[in-house]
Amino acid sequence: MRPVAVIGTGKTPFGSLTGRDLRALAVEAGRKCLQNGNIKPEQVEAFCLGNFAGPSFVGQNHLAPYISSALGIAGVPSTRFEAACASSGSAFYHAFSSVAAGLNDVVLVAGVEKMTSQPTPRVTEILAAAGDCAGEIRAGSTFPSLFAMIARRHMHDFGTKREHLAAVAVKNHANGALNPYAHLRKPITMEQALAGKPVADPLTIYDCSLVSDGAAAVLLAPLERAGEFTDRPVRILGVAQASDFVALDQKEDITTFPAVRAAARKAYQMAGVGPSDIQFAELHDCFTIAEIVALEDLGFVRRGEGGPFSAEGRTARDGSLPVNASGGLKSKGHPVGATGVAQICDIVSQIRCEAGDLQLERHSLGLAQNLGGSGATCVVTILGEA
Amino acid sequence: MTGAVYTETVVYAAPAAFEQDAPYQVAIVTLEDGQRVTGRILGERVKIDDRVVLVESRDEVPFFRKQE
Repeated sequence: MRPVAVIGTGKTPFGSLTGRDLRALAVEAGRKCLQNGNIKPEQVEAFCLGNFAGPSFVGQNHLAPYISSALGIAGVPSTRFEAACASSGSAFYHAFSSVAAGLNDVVLVAGVEKMTSQPTPRVTEILAAAGDCAGEIRAGSTFPSLFAMIARRHMHDFGTKREHLAAVAVKNHANGALNPYAHLRKPITMEQALAGKPVADPLTIYDCSLVSDGAAAVLLAPLERAGEFTDRPVRILGVAQASDFVALDQKEDITTFPAVRAAARKAYQMAGVGPSDIQFAELHDCFTIAEIVALEDLGFVRRGEGGPFSAEGRTARDGSLPVNASGGLKSKGHPVGATGVAQICDIVSQIRCEAGDLQLERHSLGLAQNLGGSGATCVVTILGEA
Repeated sequence: MTGAVYTETVVYAAPAAFEQDAPYQVAIVTLEDGQRVTGRILGERVKIDDRVVLVESRDEVPFFRKQE
């Protein structure tokens, strides 16, 4: 296996992007990325697209060549990856595999979702199809309700409090306020976070990520060739994908995600580092409780300690482990299929010292964790200076 | 059939198909044989560890009620 680098990134802002359709968003991120990596479309040897539900949200299928052809990429493999909210994390993992194996040199990975053209109850329904439609979803579960049930059990087993969840929301809103690409640039107070409109008890609107439009892209190349394209390559030190049951009720213990633990173990091993070496992270805070559980499953804290760790400010920009300096899914936005690659873009911009107002003091080793559904897919990526 | 509530939530923001039911309670219930199912709660709200009894199945969805 040969070392692989990220040689370019590109993103659209996240938000309610009226007037720009799914393809236009993906093309915008793809073009920016090709430009950033000094790559011409004809140099791209494969295109991997992460998209969760384009067919449901906008009625279009066969999305990968639909987008790559608009980018001027032709005659190469062009494939869509679907793994719920980890769709583009999965696309990234498979793109990495093909470059590491020596099958391709220059691979473009993009993620996109266009969600805001549907009314909220329909969005809720489309997202719910990432769960077990014959069981939990038929019973009336929504994604917020699945994570609400995780939160309830976490509170029961470990004494996690509403205030711990709210601390995650307050922190991510504060971070997102600094991010010009974020969907919501609005700080909130603890009082607001605790008094939000209920979505699924104990979660309120302030515990839930946003319904957003957006796209993100990265270019991969073998590390040995990275210097041909950029003077600031970022090395993919470790990346792993793992799976688990789709239905929450099939899991023995819903307060931990075995897929996250498995992907983390492999990624740490590949990178030759451990949790205490990681300087900052972008974690999949689709709901505030998910960030707390991720802190535990990734080994940053012991089980049950994610809540207090967050409430103590340890994950803030100036804390010992800044988490979601971008604002996270909560504030940056969560165009589902774009999220995994957007996390990679945010880590890369920190390592390259290009994060502007978001720039962290310690930024040479970062981790991204992208979760699909209620834990059935997880991709963990560790990036560092080349 | 009876069981114990493993976890629960009250859903306020419902998908299109269940909008008329909201707010409603969903729970994962551990049945006597150790199997877990996701179902709806009728009547009084339940919390973790409450005993519930299966009342009926509608469209293959189990509906439970708190055991007196």
